[in-house]
Amino acid sequence: MLLTRAAGRCEPMATLLDVRDLKTRFHTPEGTVYAVNGISFHVDESETLAVVGESGCGKSVSMLSVLQLILVPPGEIAAGSALYRGMDLLKKSEYEMEAIRGQEIAMIFQDPMTSLNPVLTIGRQISESLRVHKGMDQKAAAGRAVELLELVGISDPLHSLGDYPHQFSGGMRQRVMIAMALSCNPSLLIADEPTTALDVTIQAQIVELVSRIRQQIGMAVIWITHDLGVVAGIADRVMVMYAGFIVEEAGVNALYENPCHPYTSALLGALPRVDRRRDRRLKSIPGAPPSLLVEPHGCPFTARCEYAIERCKTENPSLTPVGQDHHNIACWVDIHTGAAR
Amino acid sequence: METTTSQIATLTPDDLETPPLSLGQLTWRRFQRHKPAIIGLAVLALLVLYALAGSFFISEKYANYNDTSLRLQGPSAAHPFGTDSIGRDVLARTIYGGQISLLIGLTAVVVETLLGILVGALAGYYGGVVDSVLMRITEAMLNIPEIFLLIVMAKYFGGKIPEVDLFGRTFSGSVVVIVLIIGLTSWMYLARIVRAQFLSLKENEFVLAARATGTRNIEIIFRHILPNSVAPIVVSATLGVANAILAEAYISFLGLGVQPPTATWGNMLDGANNYLETAPWLWFFPGFLILVTVLSINFLGDGLRDALDPRSRTV
Amino acid sequence: MTRYIIKRLIQGIPLLLIISVVLFALMMSVGDPVATMGGRRVTRAADYERLKRQLGLDKPIYMQYIYWLVGNTWTRTDVDGDGVAETAGTRLGILRGDFGTSLVNRKPVMQVIGERIPNTLILMLTGEVIVILGALVVGVYSAIRQYSTLDHVVTALSFIGYSLPIFFIALMSMYIFAVLFKRWGLPYLPTVGMFDPQVGKTFVQVVYHMVLPVISMSVVSLASYSRYIRSTMLDVLNQDYIRTARSKGLPRRTVIFVHALKNASLPIATIVGLDLPFLLGGAVVTEKIFAWPGMGRLFLDQVYRADTPVVMGILMLVAVAVIVFQIITDVVYAWLDPRIRYD
Repeated sequence: MLLTRAAGRCEPMATLLDVRDLKTRFHTPEGTVYAVNGISFHVDESETLAVVGESGCGKSVSMLSVLQLILVPPGEIAAGSALYRGMDLLKKSEYEMEAIRGQEIAMIFQDPMTSLNPVLTIGRQISESLRVHKGMDQKAAAGRAVELLELVGISDPLHSLGDYPHQFSGGMRQRVMIAMALSCNPSLLIADEPTTALDVTIQAQIVELVSRIRQQIGMAVIWITHDLGVVAGIADRVMVMYAGFIVEEAGVNALYENPCHPYTSALLGALPRVDRRRDRRLKSIPGAPPSLLVEPHGCPFTARCEYAIERCKTENPSLTPVGQDHHNIACWVDIHTGAAR
Repeated sequence: METTTSQIATLTPDDLETPPLSLGQLTWRRFQRHKPAIIGLAVLALLVLYALAGSFFISEKYANYNDTSLRLQGPSAAHPFGTDSIGRDVLARTIYGGQISLLIGLTAVVVETLLGILVGALAGYYGGVVDSVLMRITEAMLNIPEIFLLIVMAKYFGGKIPEVDLFGRTFSGSVVVIVLIIGLTSWMYLARIVRAQFLSLKENEFVLAARATGTRNIEIIFRHILPNSVAPIVVSATLGVANAILAEAYISFLGLGVQPPTATWGNMLDGANNYLETAPWLWFFPGFLILVTVLSINFLGDGLRDALDPRSRTV
Repeated sequence: MTRYIIKRLIQGIPLLLIISVVLFALMMSVGDPVATMGGRRVTRAADYERLKRQLGLDKPIYMQYIYWLVGNTWTRTDVDGDGVAETAGTRLGILRGDFGTSLVNRKPVMQVIGERIPNTLILMLTGEVIVILGALVVGVYSAIRQYSTLDHVVTALSFIGYSLPIFFIALMSMYIFAVLFKRWGLPYLPTVGMFDPQVGKTFVQVVYHMVLPVISMSVVSLASYSRYIRSTMLDVLNQDYIRTARSKGLPRRTVIFVHALKNASLPIATIVGLDLPFLLGGAVVTEKIFAWPGMGRLFLDQVYRADTPVVMGILMLVAVAVIVFQIITDVVYAWLDPRIRYD
């Protein structure tokens, strides 16, 4: 049943979600937080896009904005559009969004300990979206829930329906979350750091599970992470974010082989790699990201950048192509030569 | 999801060069943002001024002077708040009553806070049998409605304490009784708060270090742990003043509180409901003053809670 | 679960002992019950002594406490008050269900209290139901519409309501709805008693007389309950699982009334459960102002008359109720929250 959609959805490269100039802010007592500052990106059908960045760089906020899941107020989507199959999600009402969420675009979250409702059985939590979106009755929904639990590798799924989240381990809860997200065969799954809170061995299992299911049902995935190692194996394209901006986007190989933005290159320098020589020391990035309470001007990375020139302080570079295959960076400097572009 | 707080916590090197605000400055900043608390503080200052400065214009003798031929007169130029059932000036009595009500509120909280800290600190610090015994007593007190305890204790202590002379004035023994019984019946919540603070703080490194260097228990309790639990104590004490003023009003309203001729906002209400229809000014002015006082203290306490203990903020 | 309940009940015993000893000792010295007995003064010294002996008030306090606690069937009492204990005691003691007899009117304490309990409960339960339902509506609404104008208004009003002294609301509402309405020729509400003696104790009369006392009792609780429910709901609404529920595309009402409210109901149920037993004690101030013949006023009157058996009866009844309701609350909590198990 899960596999039925995959067969009919084989035209690649059709754009599924196209986000333009998205700006999200939070109005807090401390001042306005400029969380996302005009980012544009797209996801194709059946594609896996990885979004990478430090915590606080706006990667989760931008995805939550697309689904209108940020709290308004204090949040505010100040500008932008998010075309999903031609419909602008940011113009939709809360009521219209309810039909999109879970059904077209599903989401899984970082902390499986807090993301499941502690007082409802997992059977109830999985079947409720089936009942809402697919109009199934209780029995059909329960049957489908068992299938889904089986798919994500929960042993004794029938018995598990009546269990509460606290009766599962972290990894198992994340599987339940995935089953919940997949219940209505979404076309896009947004995975918001789903492995961060888990043990390393469990992380690999979850990554493997999502990429297996993605292939089976042919959905697109946006995988948010701060861990470049996780995305290497599963992503088609990578998008690097810093202080609410996209600083580089490229195909996964291009990005790993030839990072062109100083920040990406520094990030990769900070990543331990088994294919590098042992004595090569891991580099850390000096300093901390800029305060998001100040309206950004100039390139946000300037203060920490070893290549920075005068222009970086005053003008923020926009994303421009370098090389082939939609490899884009936002930088005034060519880090290979050190010369200004 | 990156919460807004984690985004705020990230500072640029530029920001770090300016010295960070001290705890006091931060607290003051947060407090200032809480507008109702500022208004509460201002109103409270006005009320204290009313009760204190008023006595420069009107003597206590006048407040207690009664002329039955002038009884139950409505508000007029001579008696802006009218006169009571035996012809005393209500305005003058709200001034002197205010002094006593505010005094009772403050001193009862001192009793309450000392008891609460003592019980909570001993129970939390020593644990074991001390803890079980003290907590059983605390629970026993909480098992009886406070108003019942107040009534029984007011009857028990009533007339047993002689008059007291203080600041050149004579206070009826009933004032002392009220302060005592309000303190004795309201310390339980604070004791629980302090106990919880001690339970968590006593496992901290700085306490272990103090113990390892042979610091005496009494010193650890008062010099090391207690200063770290000041925030919830200050908040609880502030709100305690409001509750103490209310408790005085209730118990005096029931005729068991401060005895005339000493006026309090509470005992001015005693019997006022008999004149509900004919003399509403009897109960309106003292009642309104109690309401405004309690309201401003509650606003102030709420602001203090936000400022001193931001984690406990519910919004 | 049964073991847990039994354990909690056993833990309540020392608590009740502490309460009873302390309050009994306090009550025994609040005044002289004989001096005001039956509403008339006992003038002759000999009569006074005889009465004291008949009532057992000549015994030391600890003996009186023991009689009150376990009865006096094991000893003899002085029924005619001549100083010689000649008759076998008949008191069973509170441990055997005998609350004793009132010193004021010689009626059994259970009967005295029993006459007042329905009056108090009808008033208090009505108030509590109104408060809980009202606070749920107000609290939930202002939580889901946080920062809206209505939320600000409700928050400010609840702050004022929370600070209002009960007598002020009572006197104010009496003045408006009884005095002023009467003066303006509008239908006005009664202010005293449970019913108009000329009409009799009919349902309509009682409801009519309940309006003002219920209003004045409810304002403060309504304000504090709605503040509590609002902040609990806000807490829950900020939880990750609410975002999960929204991300699944569930209708807003399902998110609020199932996912949020079910979690928020845990702390709310606790507060309500712990408040319920205190309703038994009535509302002293309200009952006094509105001359409502309930437990609160009975307590106040009998403390004045030093009627220890009745006062102790009321206090112990409330104390036991508090302990029982704490256990009930724990059980309900475990039933609502699958994470809690007491075994």
